[in-house]
Formats: sequence, structure tokens, C-alpha cells
Amino acid sequence: MFAYIQYQPSDPPVSRHARPATLDEAIGLLAEGWQVLAGGTDLYPATQAQSLPGAMVDVTALPDLQGIVQTATGLRIGAAVTWSDLAAAGLPPACRALQQAARQVGGWQIQNAGTLGGNLCNASPAADGAVPLLVLGAWVELAGPQGTRRMPLADFLQGPRRTALRLGEVLVALHLPAQALAGTSSFAKLGARAHLVISVVMVAVRVQMMAGRISDVALAVGACAPTARRIAPLEPALIGLSPEAALEQITAQTLAPHLAPIDDIRADRGYRLEAAAELLRRSLTEAAAWQG
Amino acid sequence: MAGLMVNGRQVQVSGTTRRLSDALRFDAGLTGTKTGCDAGDCGACTVLLNGQPVCACLTPVARAEGRAVTTVESDDPLLCRLRASFLRHGAAQCGICTPGMLMAGLALLRAEPRPSRAKAEAALGGVLCRCTGYRAIITAICLALEPESGEAAPAGAVGQSVPRLDGAAKVAGDLFGADVWQAGGLVLRAIRSPHPHAAFCFGDLAAWAAAHRAQVFTAADIPGRNAFGVIPAFADQPALAEGVARFRGEAVALVAVEDDGADPDLTGFPVEWQPLPAVLAEDAETAAPIHPARPGNLLIQGRVRRGDVAAVLAGSAFTITGEMQTAHVEHAYIEPEAGSAWMEGDVLCIRACTQAPGMDREDTAVVLGLPVERVRILPSAVGGGFGAKLDLSVQPLLGLAALKTGRPVRMVFSRAESMQATTKRHPGRMRAEIGCDAAGRLTGLSFDGAFDTGPYASWGPTVANRVPVHASGPYRMPAIHATARALHSHGPVSGAFRGFGVPQAALMQETLIDRLAEAAGIDPLEFRLRNALQPGDATATGQVLMAPGIAECLQALQPHWARARAITSATAGRRRGVGLATCWYGCGNTSLPNPSTIRMCITPQGAVVLHQGATDIGQGSNTVIPQIAAQALGLPLGALRLIGPDTAHTPDAGKTSASRQTYVSGRAAQAAGRALRADMLRRLNMGDGARLALDGSILTGAEGGQVARLDLATLPANAMGYALMAEETYDPPTAPLDGDGQGKPYAVYGFGAQMVELEVDMALGTIHLQKITAAHDLGRAINPMLARGQIEGGIAQGIGLALMEEYIPGRTDNLHDYLIPTTSDVPEIESLLVEVPDPEGPYGAKGLGEHTLIPTAPAILNAIRHATGIAINRVPVLPHRLLAAIREGRG
Repeated sequence: MFAYIQYQPSDPPVSRHARPATLDEAIGLLAEGWQVLAGGTDLYPATQAQSLPGAMVDVTALPDLQGIVQTATGLRIGAAVTWSDLAAAGLPPACRALQQAARQVGGWQIQNAGTLGGNLCNASPAADGAVPLLVLGAWVELAGPQGTRRMPLADFLQGPRRTALRLGEVLVALHLPAQALAGTSSFAKLGARAHLVISVVMVAVRVQMMAGRISDVALAVGACAPTARRIAPLEPALIGLSPEAALEQITAQTLAPHLAPIDDIRADRGYRLEAAAELLRRSLTEAAAWQG
Repeated sequence: MAGLMVNGRQVQVSGTTRRLSDALRFDAGLTGTKTGCDAGDCGACTVLLNGQPVCACLTPVARAEGRAVTTVESDDPLLCRLRASFLRHGAAQCGICTPGMLMAGLALLRAEPRPSRAKAEAALGGVLCRCTGYRAIITAICLALEPESGEAAPAGAVGQSVPRLDGAAKVAGDLFGADVWQAGGLVLRAIRSPHPHAAFCFGDLAAWAAAHRAQVFTAADIPGRNAFGVIPAFADQPALAEGVARFRGEAVALVAVEDDGADPDLTGFPVEWQPLPAVLAEDAETAAPIHPARPGNLLIQGRVRRGDVAAVLAGSAFTITGEMQTAHVEHAYIEPEAGSAWMEGDVLCIRACTQAPGMDREDTAVVLGLPVERVRILPSAVGGGFGAKLDLSVQPLLGLAALKTGRPVRMVFSRAESMQATTKRHPGRMRAEIGCDAAGRLTGLSFDGAFDTGPYASWGPTVANRVPVHASGPYRMPAIHATARALHSHGPVSGAFRGFGVPQAALMQETLIDRLAEAAGIDPLEFRLRNALQPGDATATGQVLMAPGIAECLQALQPHWARARAITSATAGRRRGVGLATCWYGCGNTSLPNPSTIRMCITPQGAVVLHQGATDIGQGSNTVIPQIAAQALGLPLGALRLIGPDTAHTPDAGKTSASRQTYVSGRAAQAAGRALRADMLRRLNMGDGARLALDGSILTGAEGGQVARLDLATLPANAMGYALMAEETYDPPTAPLDGDGQGKPYAVYGFGAQMVELEVDMALGTIHLQKITAAHDLGRAINPMLARGQIEGGIAQGIGLALMEEYIPGRTDNLHDYLIPTTSDVPEIESLLVEVPDPEGPYGAKGLGEHTLIPTAPAILNAIRHATGIAINRVPVLPHRLLAAIREGRG
């Protein structure tokens, strides 16, 4: 018999829009079920329609979501800061991976529109912003009807297209703790072409050296699990080693327990593990050399 | 309504979260901003917002309020300099990506007036181009502010690199299929199958239509024969499916709504689907036939046989066998199919992007049950075609709606529709064995290929016929048995794509040749040279060639080959490889008539008018054909006025395919020019050595001190208003192929050889191209700059075929997941134009367009094998596939 499948090539043409100037106003609308519109670089590709379906709160005019500032505890990056803003900012060498990622998100056009917060809230397993922020120990600041709360980025990212955001909440800023702003970092992503890369694997490494030995290190891998992951269990073993010696500790075998890559059209599971290990080794070498 | 400041002027647009691209195009009438994907993947819609490039398709109108918007229509002086540089360097081919490239380039030049190539590549990395291979675009940007040379621009004689005659429109934002429509008409959408194979039935269409203030059309409304196809004997594709959909994305119904700017609401369209088992290419031969009259799902088999190849191979000193598998490849032009239609009296006018106005006219007339005189096709500027715009797309759908409603109607495919509904390169599964004697002379080849042609014939017969004819490569091949089968499946419709199956076959044959040379202990270039077709040699079809230029191409590469193979050092962790491959390709239809007719005239006022119906899809026929015609006439190119393709005004110059326009339409243009010249000389009573000149209506001939004048104004104008007129037709002299594929399939062939230098990252399996050197025998370079553009663009598509492109229905039907090369994926290209004139070609010219793609992929595979020892047998060579092969050490 015929199975009834409703074919929906287009969305219903209902769209509403607000561009509030205060966070409270935005939260009020979000609590009523409006959706956050930031750079738009993920929302527009998701529809065939010419106007975004539904009610949208444009958060890019909110002062709370802007700016990169030094705070008493570290660095605060507004969630609506664009990739181009990030790339151009004067940041400590520990943030180099974040700036490298900013220059590789999509093309120049996407970097001018897309925001760091939007990238995280879109919660793609291959989100470019996640791995450099994980090695920086980033925390997220969320604001909602019940007030403000903070949590580690690793807890915020819950799975593909899933975050800890509750109804009415908006990601306001990222906080990078001062102790994580030491050392240097490096980012790498791998795909089958030079620009507009949808990564097969991406990694970030932050390392602090003392007398030729690793005194602190952080490793993160993206596109190899439902969310980007910090490889914390592997990090203590690298402390006290030279970079060369540390490389031997980073292999597909030692990474495997901490990742869950899939087979898809871009690569298979085994390759993703191998490539993650290779990119981590190269990034560690590069970050250490850049500091040395 | 909101006010926007665009190019310094206030414009009124509506909407808030509406895409800025849509508002600019439809409210402000600024159609120079192109829409290629509506997803930020192609960058064609790039505009500047406060000087910074953004994708207009991702920008809410509300966000542009209070900011300065700059589009390609701006008269910014720096932009004007950049436009001129684009023309000077041949940076615009079809022109659809050009506005996006110009805007990103403008932003870069404002920040950095003389950028490095690396900077320019990074800045333009977000704009996709499918025609140029990017090299000329990057050059145009880097050199935009260099002072122009003081030399006078060339007059446009044959052999001169005159900038393309349609270039000014390209750099201003040309008018493509989606860019011209009539206000107050209808907009048309298709309902498409979400399944590769499904029965369907409709619910209450009338009630749905009434509730949605729409008109609905189905196959039941089609007044003519609901079956089209580029080869009439095989026509089998319905314009709208009847009861059964045979591929994902097949149109089953049309919805027309008022064109009021709102997104058409198609929710709840009453169609019920019953998914049915889909025939896959792998088991097509044993599956139930998709068309009952084609058992074993065999559409057609082509064959070339000569000698006893089994015996010859058994007695050969060296033999090599191998297999090769290729994927569906998407044309990925940046312009999705689009057009508009309206009635003029009882004539149905269809303006759309196409490579084949004459075929569109005939096929649309059949589908709509109209005499051909009642259909007029007005080709728009075409934003890339590469073969897929040879088949009908929007034409019968627009025609049906305009005919039924009597109202103007427009239709623009979304990117997903364009990728789902139009043709692909045939995936091939091939096996072959090749042999040579102890001296390295080829002895024989056995070749068999199965090509997945999808559910409908399209160009499957052409692929099945072209592949065996070209399977030998441009070599003497004493014995051959080559077969190619086009098999039906419920995959995408496979059709024409730059090379009609020959690029796939060359991947098989040119990688085998390389391994055979190694087995025989002979350098790969020397081996090919030893076997290259020479004048007077017979091809595998028994045709004696008079002007094969393959040996000259290989000789041109020799010094480059010696240099490149001598370098052994590579970047740490990488291995260097240098590989080579050749091509040959017959220009025009395979053993079938494909005439072109060109009309050249002069008015009583002294205006020379060229009616040239060859569609320019970026390859340059709007420039090359006039260059040939002007040369034949003996008046400067600048004297010509061009009337472009329109079935009401231009005689049929055939289709833009099979690398035939420069050769076939060029011959017709040459003949028309000569005939008009002869008529002028006869009236002036002068010999063919006379120099012609025009001053107003006064035509002057001068030779050896003698001067004669003719006042054209004294001549009676004919029905078309011309004082003198010549119309000439040329059809390539071919002969049919017999049952063993013996005969003269083409009158002219082009030849080429390319060398690839690359490095392989042995730990990641990634390929880093360093340089490609391309020698192509094009007989005579009518316009060397345009020829180099064809080479660079063909190479870019060859890189995609080899390294990244794989169309998977339902998974990669967007430009985000379907990867085509970006600016930095195309390495330095050195083009060597080899001219071995063909007596049959205009001024000796041969075709070039498709040839340029053929050697690239096999040369890349040969270079990978040189670097790693791994013989790849499947493309694309994605990093994980190459790393797995390296780890297994398999050959």
C-alpha cells in the first residue's frame, strides 16, 4: 500500500524579527520561544526559504555579547565576536590556535559574519571553535530568565546539535582562565581541499615549556566523537618529557579509548584516529617550537 | 519597507530576516549579485558591508540597514581598474562567479594594493569558480594596479589574444537565466521524488491548489509526447513522471503561484509515495529491467574490434592488467538552471540557460505538442554548462506553464534541485589488459567498461560509443577489443560531462600504459613517444590521420620532464612524484551529422553583422567565431556587430558540446566570411588579393594601385534588411562505424599531454600538487588567451575528478559536502600551445575544450604511483583511501 509521506521542500513563510539593544529584552523574547539569530551562517543554509522561518532575535547588537577584554580572572570573549574580530585581536600566544581556527572557518565572507558563540551553539561535532577553546579550558557564560550561570565548555557541548542551553537562555560570553593562557598553542584541520574545508579531523594543542621539557599541555580533538573532546587522560604522561619523547605517547592506540569516530563519506574510523594522532603530534611539535 | 544605502544610493527593500541577496535582486533590481547556493558555500553573492565581504544570501536585510552596501554595480574607481584587469587577463569565462570574485578582490585591494598570490588565494578562497581554474583570476587581482602596457590592444586577427567580446557584460554582472523576468507573472516550483524509485499518486490536487491559490500541473496536462532525450531514437525521459519516479529528485508535478516575492508554500502537497526497490549499478545486469524493452538494463553497447587481441596479448613480451572505478561527478556550475517563458502571439518564448538552443526547441515542441515554429528559444548568458545544460531542464516545465496559463512565468532551480535533477558524469567500472613487445611497441588492448547511465538514456549512447573509439589512447594499437556498456539504474541520470566517458577510460588506459612502460624498462615519456600516432598512421578504428600532434605535445614536455624527474628531494614526511598522461579526442558527433550554419551580412549603411548561434557557455565562441569570420572576410574584428543565439534570429549552429564550436561553427563562419568577401569582390570586380575597407556605406577594395568603390546604400535590401548576405553550412565529413567499430568517426582530433608534479604526505595520505605542465595540440590557437583559459579550467576539473569529487544522492547535493577545487587547490599551470594544423579545421584549428580535462586525473595517479609505488584503482583518491593503500602496500 502507499505510505503517506508529506513532502516539504520549503518552510511556511512566517517570519518575525527583533534586534534588541538589551540582554533582558532578548531573554524576554527567547523565553517566549523566539530563536537566536547571530551571524546567520548556519541558520540560512538550513532553509530553502528567502526569509528565515519563525521568530528571530538578532543578538549581534547586544553590548554584553561583544568585545574581547581582560578580566581579573582571565580573558572574556563576547559570544557575538566574529571570526574576523578574533583573528585581528591582539591575544596571548596561548590563543594562537583559536586565531588559526578563526582564519580557517569557511571563507573570508563567513569569517566576517559568523560568530564564535553561534559556532558553539550550533554544536557540530566539527565546530572549528571548540577544540582551541577546550585546550584553553574555556567556560561558557549563559544568561536566562533565572539569571546567569557558568559551566565548562566541555559540559556545555552535549552532542551533535545538542547543548546545555535551556529555554530562554543565550550564550553571552566565553571565559578563558588566566592559568590556561600560558604557553603557546597550535590548531590544525584536515580535509580534502584547501579552503572551505569541512574537516575530517581537527586538533588543537596548547603547551608550556620549561628548560626544553613540557611543563603543561592540553590536547583536544574534533570531528572524532559526538562533540569535540579534550584528551585530558593522556596529558599527565607528557609532563616532563621533551616534545620529541612526547610524540611517542600520542598514537591512534592511545587516543582510541577517548574518542568515538565514525565512518562516513569523508573518511573512515581508523583513518580519523590515525590522522588525529598525526595532527596532534605535528601541532605539539609546532607549538613547542614556536615557543622555544 | 526599509531603506538601504547601496553603492551610495538609497534603495527601498522589504523584509527583515529576508536574505539581502533576494532583496537586492528583486526589490532593488540589482541582479549583478548572483545566487549560486543560498548557503554561503559558493560566494557568488558576495557584497561588501561597510567594506567587508559577506555572503548576501546569509545576511538579513535588517542587518544591512545603516551600513554601506557595495555590489558589482558600483562605479568605484578601484573596482573599474579591477574589471579592466579581469578582461586583460582572461579572468572571466562564463561570468557567474565574476561578481563575487570582483567584490572579494575589491575588499582585498583596498587593504593591500599589491597582494601576493598566497594572500589573494586566501582572500578569494570563499568564492567558487568552475570555469577558469582560478589562476587567471588571482593574476588579475595581483596585477590590477600595475600600469597597463602602452601597447595597442590587438585588432583581433586569428592568433591574437583579444579580450573576450562579451567581457564587458561579464565583469558588470551579466544577465543569466535567473536575471530577466516579467513582473506580475507566475513563479514555478517542482514537486520532486524523495525516493530513487517509487510509485506515486496524487490526492485532491484541485482542493490543495485552491487553498494555496496555486495552479498545479502534472503529466496529465502535457499536450504532446511526454518523453524527451538528446538522441531521438532513445528519447525516454518524461518532463513530469507518470505514476513512477525513477530517480531521487525527478519532477512529478509543477506548482505555479503569483510572483509576489513571498516564498511559495508547498506544504502538504497531496502526493503519496510507495517506495520501490531501487536498481543499483552493480547489479543492473541481473536486476529486473527499468525499461521492459531493454533487458539486462542494457541501454546500448559500443565496440571497437581489430585483430585477434587475445592471441596478440598471449604472445606479447610484457602485459599488464588492471581495474579502475570512478564516481558520479557533478558539473557544479555556479548557475543553477533558470529561465522564464511567455507567449508572443501564439509563439512560446523560452529564455533560459542552455548549451543547445536548437535541440531545446525541437524537444520542447515535441513535449508540448507544438509545431517547432511555435517555439522560440532565447538562450540567456550561461553560468557554466560542461555538458549538463545540453539536456532539457526548465524548458518544458516553463513552456507547459506559460502555454496553459498564457501568463509569463519564471523558474529557478535551488542548488539541491540543480544537483538532484540534472545529469552527472557516468560512473565507470572498467577492466583492461595491455601489452607490448620487447622493444616497447604496443601490441594490443582489451578493454571493457560498464557505465552507470541512470534511469534514462540522455547521452549514455554517446558515452558507450566514444569510449571504445578512444580506448587505445593516441597510440598505434595493432589489435584491440574494446567494449563499453551503458547500464540503467535508479541512480542519478548520467549524461554529458566534458569528455563523454573518455576521461574515465583514460584513467584506466593511461595508468596501465605507465605500468607497462615500467615493466618494459622504458621511460614513460619515451614509451609514449615511441607509440604515438604519426601522420599516415591508422587509429584503432582504421582511420588514417593526417595531422596528429601527440608526438609534438610529448616533445614539448620533454625538457620539463627531464627537469622534474631529476628532482628527488621533497618536503619532510612527503614523497615527490612526477607523472604523465596523454589524451586524444574527436571533435564533433561520433559518425553522425552535426552541421553548423553561420550567416554574415552587411547592411546598406555598411554595418557588418554576424549571426552566430553557437552558445558561449564561457568557453569563448562569442569571440573566437567572430575572429574567424572577420579574418575570412578581410575586415577588422572591430567592424563586426554580433547577433547572439536566438532561434528567431540565428541559424542553427548546433550544440556547444563535443569540442565542436571552434572547429565546426568556425568552419561555417570561415565559409560565410569567404562567401561574403567573394560577393563583395565580384561587385568590386577585384581579385582575392584585394584589401577591403569600409567607410560608412562605402566599401573600398584596393590592390596593386587599383582602387574600386561600392556604395552599399545603392543596393536593394533583402527581406532581412541586408544589402549583401552569405549563409554557409559546414558538417564534418565522417563515415559510419561498422559492427566492429571500424570507420571514420570524426574528421578532426585534438591531442594533448600533461605532466603533474606533486608530493604525497605519507602519514596523512594527502596530495600536494606543485605544478602542472600542459601541452595541447589545438591545430591553431585562434585566441591564445582563451585557449589557456580552457586548459586551466579543464585541469581544475581534472583535479576534482582525481582527488575530491564524488556525488552521493541525498548526501552531497549541496556545495558544502560536494567538494570542488578552491583557489589554492589548483597549482601553477604552464600551458604549452602546440600547433599542428589540421587541413580540415578553420585556419588549421582543432577542438580543445574537453581535451584539457582528460589527461589530468591519470597524470595525477601516475605521479602518486611514482611517489609511493601504489597503483590507485579508484577515484577520487580521498586521503583515507590513499593512506589505506599505502598501509597495505597494495599495487
